[in-house]
Amino acid sequence: MLAEGFKAEAGSRAGSANRAWIGSLFELISGFSAFLVFCLLLSIIATLVVGSYPALKQFHLGFISSDKWNPVTEEFGALVPIVGTLVTSVIAMLIAIPVSFGIALFLTELSPVWFKRPLGTAIELLAAIPSIIYGMWGLFVFAPVFAETVQPWLKAHLGKVALVGMLFQGPPMGIGVLTAGLILAIMVIPYIAAVMRDVFDIVPPKLKESAHAIGCTTWEVVWHIVLPYTRAGVLAGIMLGLGRALGETMAVTFVIGNAHNLHASLFMPGNSIASTLANEFTEAVGDLYTSSLMYLGLLLFLITFVVLAISRLLLSRLGRHEGA
Amino acid sequence: MIGISPYSRRRFINFIGLAFSLGAMIFGLFWLGWIIFTLLRYGFGGLSLDLFTKMTPPPGSAGGLLNAIFGSLVMSLVATLIGTPIGILAATYLSEYGRRGWLAKVTRFINDILLSAPSIVIGLFIYSIYVVSVGHFSGWAGAIALSLIVIPVVVRTTEDMLRLVPDQLREAAAALGSPRWKIIVFIVYRAAKAGMLTGVLLAMARISGETAPLLFTALNSQFWSPNLNAPMANLPVVIFQFAMSPYQDWHDLAWAGALLITLGVLGFTILARFLLRKKRYE
Amino acid sequence: MSVRNLDFFYRNYQALKNISLDIMENKVTAIIGPSGCGKSTLLRTFNRIYELYPGLKAMGEIMLDGENILSRKQDLNLLRVKVGMVFQMPTPFPMTIFNNIAFGIKLYESLDRQVMVERVEWALHKAALWDEVKDKLHQSGTSLSGGQQQRLCIARAIAVKPELILLDEPCSGLDPISTSRIEDLISELQSEYTIVIVTHNMQQAARVSEYTAYMYLGELIEFGHTKAIFTKPEKKATEDYITGKFG
Repeated sequence: MLAEGFKAEAGSRAGSANRAWIGSLFELISGFSAFLVFCLLLSIIATLVVGSYPALKQFHLGFISSDKWNPVTEEFGALVPIVGTLVTSVIAMLIAIPVSFGIALFLTELSPVWFKRPLGTAIELLAAIPSIIYGMWGLFVFAPVFAETVQPWLKAHLGKVALVGMLFQGPPMGIGVLTAGLILAIMVIPYIAAVMRDVFDIVPPKLKESAHAIGCTTWEVVWHIVLPYTRAGVLAGIMLGLGRALGETMAVTFVIGNAHNLHASLFMPGNSIASTLANEFTEAVGDLYTSSLMYLGLLLFLITFVVLAISRLLLSRLGRHEGA
Repeated sequence: MIGISPYSRRRFINFIGLAFSLGAMIFGLFWLGWIIFTLLRYGFGGLSLDLFTKMTPPPGSAGGLLNAIFGSLVMSLVATLIGTPIGILAATYLSEYGRRGWLAKVTRFINDILLSAPSIVIGLFIYSIYVVSVGHFSGWAGAIALSLIVIPVVVRTTEDMLRLVPDQLREAAAALGSPRWKIIVFIVYRAAKAGMLTGVLLAMARISGETAPLLFTALNSQFWSPNLNAPMANLPVVIFQFAMSPYQDWHDLAWAGALLITLGVLGFTILARFLLRKKRYE
Repeated sequence: MSVRNLDFFYRNYQALKNISLDIMENKVTAIIGPSGCGKSTLLRTFNRIYELYPGLKAMGEIMLDGENILSRKQDLNLLRVKVGMVFQMPTPFPMTIFNNIAFGIKLYESLDRQVMVERVEWALHKAALWDEVKDKLHQSGTSLSGGQQQRLCIARAIAVKPELILLDEPCSGLDPISTSRIEDLISELQSEYTIVIVTHNMQQAARVSEYTAYMYLGELIEFGHTKAIFTKPEKKATEDYITGKFG
């Protein structure tokens, strides 16, 4: 009886709102959107390859090892910007890695609980400040101070040391490769610190407690237990920061000096791939000049792609094995 | 005793390590403080009515940033309007339909790369496929370039938030005979809405300061430029040009613009954090 | 409803083995057994909610109103209108109490505002929740206590007028007072609905059900009147479980 009554109703129900096509359409467009994102990366690479074709044809891979950059004679090579990019990023990482580790350690182990959130937010704000602001601040405020204080000190104390000394030669101008690297360091610290903090937080409390229980100091717990346990995640954070540093444009453009020179000294102006693009792309005349810049863009994208891919793969492995 | 550090030595190392950690924290906060102090010091004086009512001036005369502020607002808005639906739908596919499928896996990976990819390359990309084919720089090109930065941010946050919605809630809706799309739109989106809004805010924070992708797309304009189909004035590029110029009054305007942008970005970021925190406590 | 030769697979793992039983109309049937025995899985085949996840497959026959609901032709959404379900943890939707109930109704019926209000009130009365929420119908469903939330979920299931209601350990997250309220509710509802309840709590099965099925390792060991199962079970395995000798 109940079933009878129900069936009569169900007939009218089915008609009212069961429009299956909306569901199919919704699935289709969401799938299509995902597919768009999927295509984006390939499209970027393809576009850059096409754009750099004239330069690829002209210079082949020799482009990478040539230090020429002469728009008048149309001779182009990527060595100077590549070296500039790598050197600034290496400087940035040398500073950012230990500092980020210290910050993550402070946020996870030392800070009082009520202070963790504001401190964490403050560090995240460092990442939110637009890079052009870092650039302006770096050029107008930081560089003069740097030229008057730190650079003369470095020159006086390290300038005469064998080998290391040649890194600190020349007039202290404030701007240059070292300054760019230092500002990059400040910019990537929040990214690395955030990843490190997150992976430190997933270490099971039991593990840390048992180390404390056998009399380890906080430092020993972190150094011997937390760090080994999270090394994949820590490495992923470092690679993420490196990826950011390699591709950073505006801040570097402001302070690196934009000179197509190779110098041993870190005080001297240089150039990075991104800053070359920012400075020259809209003013480039001629196919070969433009496509050489595209070629630079392609190299930058491929380098950062590899670095960021390593970071992602490390993190996803972490997700599987260590329960992140 | 060889091989075993005496306790006092271990305590000393511990002390040094923890002191270093505190130092690192102070080091980080120091730069934040210095930068914000700088912005306030040089930018605050420039915040006047003129800034919001007058156009960017030629060197040596007074003016404001109206055209640049307007252009930035328009392009950010268009970019958000383009990027948000695509991002949310793509995230919906990743979290609700694709999940473990190969397309979802690869797309997730690609999205994470795009999230940190150099933004100047996005500029090159849009220049090649859009600016070259229409033959001129334009506000549309700038907005599209920015939308490509919005998309990965929205995809990532939205997917994270959708995944936080317990499967039981989806089951409960399905058990009532709800079709899948209604479960997603009326239950899952609703449960995740604070988090999704956070993603959009973070994306807006990201693009309000982005300069590199605009250099080769929107370019810039010295004049009132409400036409999206022509080069468009915008704050970041104006700041870049003015700051790199030798003129003091341009520098002053650049500082005021820098302060504006930073206030906007920090505002969005803090609002987003606040929303997320509220969500966590629920 | 009658189940015949039902097998269930999680990819290659067989979770249910050749289950056959009849669910009596307007009676409460309890499914008991140790955790992992497949009792929830069995319940989840009755409305095919398992279809939400890839790699799960049911084979055999489940007849409801003369049709095999496992057949490909079965429209899943219409099946789930006929077969309501309440879950282990309360699952209020992120909307008002009123809309929590109205959501399911609106899916398949377009009612006038007034009729809808009456329908929601009716469902809340049925679930013995009306008196507690009548003044706050427009507050969020998540603002209720755990026991109230679970009764809200029951009201939501009743509101679409199903034939069969599936309860998957509906009291496992609740305090004793809320539990006894829900048990009372189940007893009241059985005059109008067919109810299947999965529970790990044998006293609960004994209190609320008329029929009981005992499952172990994916197989149906014994099925019969609750009284018989609890007083003189036919099989040794059932007796061991009931009397607590079992692991």
